[in-house]
Amino acid sequence: MSGEQRSGARDALDSALVKQGHGGRALVVVPAWNEAEALPAVLVELSAKIPGVDVLVVDDGSTDGTADLVRRSGTASVVSLPFNVGVGGAMRAGFLYAERNGYRAVVQCDADGQHDPADIARLLAELDAGLDVVIGARFAGVGNYQVGGFRRIAMRFLASSLSRITGTRLTDVTSGFRASSARAVAVFAREYPPEYLGDTIESLVVARRAGLSIGQLPVELRERQGGTPSQSSFKSVIYLGRAVLVLGLAVLHSGAGKDDA
Amino acid sequence: MTTTIIGVLAAFAVLVLTVELLRRRALREKYAVIWLVVSLVAVVFTVFPGLLLRVSQRLGFQIPANFVFAIAALVLLVVGMQLSLEVGRLEDRSQRLAEEVGLLRHDIEQLRREHAGSAPTDPAEPPDSLGDGGAGADDGGDAGGSASG
Repeated sequence: MSGEQRSGARDALDSALVKQGHGGRALVVVPAWNEAEALPAVLVELSAKIPGVDVLVVDDGSTDGTADLVRRSGTASVVSLPFNVGVGGAMRAGFLYAERNGYRAVVQCDADGQHDPADIARLLAELDAGLDVVIGARFAGVGNYQVGGFRRIAMRFLASSLSRITGTRLTDVTSGFRASSARAVAVFAREYPPEYLGDTIESLVVARRAGLSIGQLPVELRERQGGTPSQSSFKSVIYLGRAVLVLGLAVLHSGAGKDDA
Repeated sequence: MTTTIIGVLAAFAVLVLTVELLRRRALREKYAVIWLVVSLVAVVFTVFPGLLLRVSQRLGFQIPANFVFAIAALVLLVVGMQLSLEVGRLEDRSQRLAEEVGLLRHDIEQLRREHAGSAPTDPAEPPDSLGDGGAGADDGGDAGGSASG
């Protein structure tokens, strides 16, 4: 029964693809929650390094004037959410925006300057090569990104589990630097998981279930230009527990019952 | 005897409260059903304590109170589950609404700008606005200023 639903969704997907064609532009979506410190530099760099791409900042209920800052910059559009919904919800708004405006691809990019905009073109090239979801992976041999003990174990575990689920070798599934094809955008606009870690872990399970092809591209991670990293050993344990729970639920999730209107 | 009277009064009070809340439309019917059933059963058992005794013995409970506690725990479990479900659904809906509100607000701003006749400030058209924007961002100049210039 859910199989029928899925093939129906697949038809809708394919027709959406034909309608939009591949002539559309790519959209960089930057989810931002109180990122007024780092965001201006990121926006300047985005417009300088990838001039042919539109930028959308999804202001996730910021209270520090992030949205106004983007409006003043004039180089990016801004969607301002009335309250904080988390990265997953912010990205879903971004995917909806991309789908409704006929973009051919979406690249998610962090607002803290850790992701080099120059890599965006490389991610998009991978989409053109036929992949639907490309993850900018930090542990794939490029750069010197390091995380401490327990968190690394957690990330290793998640990477190997999701590699098995998706049938592709993935080394960094929690990366927030990823590109989605028009087909992936159509899927994610409808059911991008808004819960904690949904945007990283569960979204890959959703993509896999929708029949999207997934791959990764090694990228170098830079020093963040503002804000504080969220890493402590106690939090890492909690993180692993929640991640395993999210992953388990994502796998168990039937994919049906998303008929909420 | 006094405890019986208190029990009967309490059971009736819950029943009356449920009906009254329903009448004022403060309580939705889908949540009211379970409270109506609970208060009706409570009224019956407090008015006829002998009935409670017989039912609990028939079901194998040694003390009628244990029967009452077991039923109460079960009812609360079901109610808690139902509420968790509803809260989750509401959360999901409010989140989707938040996303729609954000997108609509964006569209309204865009329409307003276009309507005001300063169309070149539309950030969805990067080739022209890139140069202005980069320069404008430093001195904090607004989009309107660069458009008029």
